[in-house]
Amino acid sequence: MKPRAVLIGVLSFVGLGAVGFVLPRWTVFLFSLALARGLAALSVALLMRAGLVSFGQSLFFATGAYTAAFMVRLLGVREAGLLLVGAVIVSMTVAALTGLWIARYREIFFAMLSLAFTMILYGWLLKAYWITGGTDGLRIPPPTVLGTAWSVDTLRSVLYEATLVCTAVALVLIHLFLDSPLGYALRAVRDNEVRLEYLGSSVWQVVYWAYVLAAGLAGLGGVLTALNVGHVDPQLAYWTTAGEFVFITLLGGTESVLAPLIGAVVFEFLRTYALKYAPYTWQMALGGMMLLLILFMPRGLWTLRYLRFRKAVS
Amino acid sequence: MSRPFSVLNIFILILLASTPPGSPQAPTPPGAPAQLKVGIVVFLSGAAAAPFGVPARNATELLIEQLNAGSAPKPYDRPGIGGVPIRAVYVDEAGGAERQVAELRRLVLEEKVDFVIGYISSADCLAIAPVAEELKVLTFLFDCGTNRIFEDRTYRYVFRTSAHQVIDSIGLARYLLKIRPNVRTVAGLNQNYAWGQDSWNTFRDALLKLKPDVKVVSEQFPKLFAGEFSTEISALLAARPEFIHSSFWGGDLEGFTIQMTPRGLHRRSLIAFTPGETMLPRLGRDVPPGIIVGARGPHGPFAPNTPLNQWFVRAYRDRYGIRPVYASYHMAQALLGVKAAFEKALAANEGKWPTVDQVIAALEYLEFETPSGTIRMAIGKGHQAVEPTAYGITGPYDPQQKEVRLTNVMTFPAECVNPPDGVKSEDWIRQGFPGARCP
Repeated sequence: MKPRAVLIGVLSFVGLGAVGFVLPRWTVFLFSLALARGLAALSVALLMRAGLVSFGQSLFFATGAYTAAFMVRLLGVREAGLLLVGAVIVSMTVAALTGLWIARYREIFFAMLSLAFTMILYGWLLKAYWITGGTDGLRIPPPTVLGTAWSVDTLRSVLYEATLVCTAVALVLIHLFLDSPLGYALRAVRDNEVRLEYLGSSVWQVVYWAYVLAAGLAGLGGVLTALNVGHVDPQLAYWTTAGEFVFITLLGGTESVLAPLIGAVVFEFLRTYALKYAPYTWQMALGGMMLLLILFMPRGLWTLRYLRFRKAVS
Repeated sequence: MSRPFSVLNIFILILLASTPPGSPQAPTPPGAPAQLKVGIVVFLSGAAAAPFGVPARNATELLIEQLNAGSAPKPYDRPGIGGVPIRAVYVDEAGGAERQVAELRRLVLEEKVDFVIGYISSADCLAIAPVAEELKVLTFLFDCGTNRIFEDRTYRYVFRTSAHQVIDSIGLARYLLKIRPNVRTVAGLNQNYAWGQDSWNTFRDALLKLKPDVKVVSEQFPKLFAGEFSTEISALLAARPEFIHSSFWGGDLEGFTIQMTPRGLHRRSLIAFTPGETMLPRLGRDVPPGIIVGARGPHGPFAPNTPLNQWFVRAYRDRYGIRPVYASYHMAQALLGVKAAFEKALAANEGKWPTVDQVIAALEYLEFETPSGTIRMAIGKGHQAVEPTAYGITGPYDPQQKEVRLTNVMTFPAECVNPPDGVKSEDWIRQGFPGARCP
């Protein structure tokens, strides 16, 4: 890792950590949701490196969230740490199975197949309502964090800081992954699959492992959302949720691991203020933003970085 | 000698200046805020906006304006709430439970609303109720149907001023046995999500308890907002049930009604739509005769003929050109319930502005007048309202009212269709409705 990247990472981590103590609680809650969504968006960005657009990351997002809900209900687990680990393992296991099919496909076929899988989960969550609560969903009571049952007032801040730590760890891991040979192979998949095969790597394996890793990320985002919100419902698995992750990824950009996170924070606040100031036309406001972004900033908000750089040179 | 007199003079002058004659400013109680800010959360976009969200929003606008002006009839003629004007902040309920949890936090912590009224979707109600409790904000669920809220948990800050969905299902089972005591075969047609599943299960269980030899010949669960129902219509025509239960609403309700009429499903089987009342003013003469409709309580055409209801219907029709539907009535129940509770607490507190705890004390087991009649917060430890329910059969078109007239209207009192306080609906039905008082 370059020292400058480390500096940026540490500074944003400390800055975001301070957010939990400084800003009002509803903003902190939005930051929690944004970070969790950012992780799911990062999983989309990860697959985009290989030229794959997933319209089905909500499959793992919902799997993570519902795993936590079932662990609380059926196994009586209350510790957030255990819920996190369990949710990530289950999400990656699901991906290890669906990946067997999906890793063979590219482009629109990959997108459609990933969408199909998430809609299967959505349909099942609706139909098996005596288990899943149907559209009404399931409640997740306040968890314990590090073995402590925090009071209602401090729990929000504790959950936010826990979300931030999880996000930071995930970011560092993904950054290291992208710097590893497998990470480079991922880029090679997008550029030229045939050459990669001639170099002696298995394209299928590269895509498969990236897919499983991305599922773990999305699952982590899902369980963090579930713990923060305290309720899970099938909307988490619906394809529009996956569409939102793609939206966030395009908003932020895919060049850095930080970009989808920035996209998520901007998206969460855009949506909140769109709802506040345009309660009747907030969807149109968001759509307009998307249009402007594609027209003027096709590589996402991350390109603003270069804007400043150019100014400094001239 | 002249000094004290001039001081008194100035004092009188100031008094006169501060209360200009001709604008009788209602005195606000001591300790009262300058205004009461209420967060209104209803669907302003999406499929539930047209049938429920917008009629509820319209009722809010109308009532807040009339209440603030003090032009509502007795016992609501005091301006605002206890003299304090009400101001509404509207939020779109669209976006899912997660979004609504975030919005509730923003409403309370940023907008600093004094209380929240809203939530049409049961999923939203279930998700936000624990958060409202955490934020210690008075929250009035006004329309959502699930009975899980106060049967699974108890809340201090959360109230529901309308009845839950169980009254529709039990009421319909009783109505059916009144008009067709020898019914043998029934079928269900419900949207495949919690509302449809709960409505059908409660209806089936209640009917089988009341008449165990009834046979269920078909259970159709098309997906929510399917819009096109030719396969379900064919299946129901083939199954030939004597009676069809449906909890369809909104676009699905209107679409299904229009699609099944030419195929004559309603002539072969008696069909009931539990929230069918909302389509009457919208479809007008396209509503076929001979179908059963309900309004989730004594609302719309089932509302009592009281001065309060006459005023509400007239004011609503004058302003929006259409009569209020049950979502508007539910909103009126919430707003008037809040007003009644605050003013009761105000009186109990010797005219001083009450604390939230005093308002909660006033709300629990409160009885108040609404356009839908007297509402009692009788179950769920005083946090859940009970309502009577009513059904009728569509008859000939009435050009004056611009909708079909209802015949065979029957009302079932609240004690007949609601479980007693502390009893879960499911257990109540299984035990055979102990304590039910029916006409």
